[in-house]
Amino acid sequence: MSAVEPFRGASDLVPGVHGERPVPPRIEAVNDFVIKFANVNGSGSASANELFAKAILRMGVPVSPRNIFPSNIQGLPTWYEVRVSEDGWLGRRGGIDMMVAMNPQTWDADVAELEPGGYLFYDSTRPMPASRFRPDIHVIGMPLTEICNAVYSDPRQRQLFKNIVYVGALSVLLEIDDQVIEKLFGEQYRGKEKLLASNVQALHLGRDFAKEHLQGPLGVRVRRADRVGDGIFIDGNSAAALGCVYGGATVAAWYPITPSSSVAEAFQKYCAKFRVDPATGQNCYAIVQAEDEIASIGMVVGAGWNGARAFTATSGPGISLMTEFIGLAYFAEIPVTIINVQRGGPSTGMPTRTQQADLLACAYASHGDTKHVLLLPEDPHECFEHAACALDLADRLQTPVFVMTDLDIGMNQRLCRPFAWEEGRSYDRGKVMTAEELEAGRDFGRYKDVDGDGIPWRTLPGTHPTRGSYFTRGTTRDPYARYSERGPDYIYNVERLLKKFRTAADLVPQPVIAMAAQPTRLGVIYFGSTSPAMAEALAVLQAEGIHVDAMRLRAFPFPDSVAAFIAAHDQVFVVEQNRDAQMRSLLVNELEVDPARLVKVLHYDGTPITARFITRAITQVVRPTADPKEAQA
Amino acid sequence: MTYIAKPPLRHPTLEKNRVGYTRRDYEGKISTLCAGCGHDSISAAIIQACWELDIEPHRVAKLSGIGCSSKTPDYFLGASHGFNTVHGRMPSVLTGANLANRDLLYLGVSGDGDSASIGLGQFAHAMRRGVRMAYIVENNGVYGLTKGQFSATADQGSKSKKGVINSDSPVDLVGIALQLGATYVARGFSGNKQQLVPLVKGAIQHGGAAFIDVISPCVAFNNHPGSTKSYDYVREHNESVSRIDFIAPGEEITADYGPGEVVDVRQHDGTFLRLRRLHADYDATNREQAMAHVQQHQSRGEVVTGLLYVDPLATDLHMALNTSARPLNALGLAQLCPGRPALDKLNASLR
Ligand SMILES: Cc1ncc(C[n+]2csc(CCOP(=O)(O)OP(=O)(O)O)c2C)c(N)n1
Ligand code: SF4
Repeated sequence: MSAVEPFRGASDLVPGVHGERPVPPRIEAVNDFVIKFANVNGSGSASANELFAKAILRMGVPVSPRNIFPSNIQGLPTWYEVRVSEDGWLGRRGGIDMMVAMNPQTWDADVAELEPGGYLFYDSTRPMPASRFRPDIHVIGMPLTEICNAVYSDPRQRQLFKNIVYVGALSVLLEIDDQVIEKLFGEQYRGKEKLLASNVQALHLGRDFAKEHLQGPLGVRVRRADRVGDGIFIDGNSAAALGCVYGGATVAAWYPITPSSSVAEAFQKYCAKFRVDPATGQNCYAIVQAEDEIASIGMVVGAGWNGARAFTATSGPGISLMTEFIGLAYFAEIPVTIINVQRGGPSTGMPTRTQQADLLACAYASHGDTKHVLLLPEDPHECFEHAACALDLADRLQTPVFVMTDLDIGMNQRLCRPFAWEEGRSYDRGKVMTAEELEAGRDFGRYKDVDGDGIPWRTLPGTHPTRGSYFTRGTTRDPYARYSERGPDYIYNVERLLKKFRTAADLVPQPVIAMAAQPTRLGVIYFGSTSPAMAEALAVLQAEGIHVDAMRLRAFPFPDSVAAFIAAHDQVFVVEQNRDAQMRSLLVNELEVDPARLVKVLHYDGTPITARFITRAITQVVRPTADPKEAQA
Repeated sequence: MTYIAKPPLRHPTLEKNRVGYTRRDYEGKISTLCAGCGHDSISAAIIQACWELDIEPHRVAKLSGIGCSSKTPDYFLGASHGFNTVHGRMPSVLTGANLANRDLLYLGVSGDGDSASIGLGQFAHAMRRGVRMAYIVENNGVYGLTKGQFSATADQGSKSKKGVINSDSPVDLVGIALQLGATYVARGFSGNKQQLVPLVKGAIQHGGAAFIDVISPCVAFNNHPGSTKSYDYVREHNESVSRIDFIAPGEEITADYGPGEVVDVRQHDGTFLRLRRLHADYDATNREQAMAHVQQHQSRGEVVTGLLYVDPLATDLHMALNTSARPLNALGLAQLCPGRPALDKLNASLR
């Protein structure tokens, strides 16, 4: 980034801002910048901001937007941060190049966040004293309120269209193709001609003003590229819901909780689209909004016991409530799928912020000795894939399976690989003995390990008039499901469960390894939504001559390759988004590795981890002479 | 080991029902409950009801929570799948099971601790959701399995075995069921099998959420003078509003009582409930009246029994959700997976 032409457009509108001061250098970057919108919750900015991001995407330039919002419906601050990256980096970068400051409440903090040479776009209807601006940034004022008040009389319209007007102005300043935006409007308001016309009008208001009064383009700009390919743009919760549809889930029970509610809502939407029998008009699904999380997992347990594929979606506090049932499902061996969209904990910690802090709570959920399967999707593509896979695994293993996503993937739209479904892929229903098999005299012992993999056979209620019925309970039983309090029966049972867990390690999605360009004794282990920031950090590190082999975990239990990876390196960084290094604890506990080999890299303030953070943390360890002040940023 | 198998002896002359089963085929393991426990009488009533209804035992799914009462599903219908879930949460598990396969009959068995304390919420919501099942609470006013603590249905002022007086007012599950929209509400007494068997039959055949509160004395902890859930107290204060007979389709309907005393209530499935009114003015199809009646008599210390309320045309959760007639657990890839072309289209719409 270098300082070229100074930007002067603002000086007409904000007299005196740059008056006597030297004009600061400006950030110059095409298709590589971060823009952040500071809005007020409930002001209707969300759809305008999304439109902005999508327009850039349609120009073939990868974007990754993030909603940053408080636990509140109206009035409080909300932000939408868009990273534009032709190189395709989708993690948060850190730092802001342009701020669209629409919220007076957060003004000071928003202004402070700008990188030197950055751009501040604001509503200049009411003049601001020069002291509220930083001398090292460029200020672009536009009287948005005044413009809207002059054109619209309805107060709601005045508010709503302000957002579209600034998108119009930005499209001029950043050189976003206006045709692209109008086309997006056309798609959004298909069949609603009046809405379409008024939105286009607002867009033009913004564009016309900017052309006439503001001096564009800025140093940060968008230029058409061809870097999006066949990628799709969707949020992880919708993707997980679609995975449940494709995976054959027929029963969903849930209780509203941020950030997971939209999983159930999207499931409802997709089911209404794909799962209504055209011949009868009847639904091939059942969705119940339960009275609480205990009831929702209870319904899933009941449906799973009775042979339907069922899931619930929840977040931390919901997991806490579900643990008694999770223990029952584990011990009684009932298929259950739980999509846990993690948020900041403990308790109601930071309900609208992201974390990866439920790993231990889920891996060992419930009292007694328990271990559960966790899947760790990195993006919406994998949310889809892992949700479908979880339903298969739950049936195959007859046990709870957790899909551990988080707010960052769940509630933000991500550019990702298109969803894939192999033609001919079928459901793995696991070991369910049929009436014919029972009739043929196959020995049925509900909890007998006949195949040596720890997974017993089950029968579904109603299968056969005289054979195969058994009594399910959370208390110990013998291999034929008969109540027992005998020690050996208990030991047989829990040892078999452990064997089953080892079987699971081969069935779950295997880790993905990326070897560094040069042989190295350094490794890094990461998982889930950390993925895009990690990919970028690895590239940056490599450019600086720090070579690190990387392993992305995709599931727990850990396959042997994880222990082998750790053994092959002197130092392995474990990057995760929680305070207590929960994944590291799992690794130490399950693989009995020397904890000294595993170096913690922890990010847990509720914002998504950035490439800068990871790079600095690793550099600090590898080259301790680097500036320590930087490492804390 | 408290598991005792029953010897599989069968007497060749045992009477068979229309589906070819003897009463023995409806039995389960030998009960491990205390001799004289009211719960065993309820198990016997369930066995009798299912046999008389010609139900194939394996078409029933029996679910329960935790407690002495919740153990009982092991002691009847040995050929059915049973599920002893967690304390107080049988209703949600049953709801899920029912959603998965609407073709089975669902029997939910619970205790008053199970349903009125820890599980009060689930009980209430299953009723208001209209989950099709026969929900039977074996109500003894105490926690039997944990040895004699007061439960939430213990009457205020009643005395525990150790002489402690209960100061909390009781939860009336019948009142709650009526209030929340259960479409079949009855109260029985484990000591009155003649009344209980038809009540259970009616509940099993009912098209919606059916609830029976069965007073079931606990001989170990709550059968002493001063307890309002003892055999003696209930025998003396039992106030029956009606006696019902259950008439299956095809059975002859005879009128052997004068008009005004007997009503035959026709249900969805063609069965009839014959209500012999013991209180001439009691109308079991009027929810408000039933609520008022139960409360009035309760305040006098009476235990009102019989079929208290029925909506003969009740529907259930599946109807509300418009779920496929074919059970959800029987649907395959073809009905469930939208397939590759739909996914490709969806991918295209996300660009
Ligand atoms: C979460 C939980 N809390 C407590 C218990 C202990 N517990 C087992 S049975 C029971 C009470 C049973 O009472 P009730 O439902 O009235 O049945 P009864 O034994 O009287 O037939 C309790 C409290 C438990 N199993 N689970
Ligand atoms: S303790 Fe009471 S409820 Fe339990 S089995 Fe004995 S008599 Fe029945």
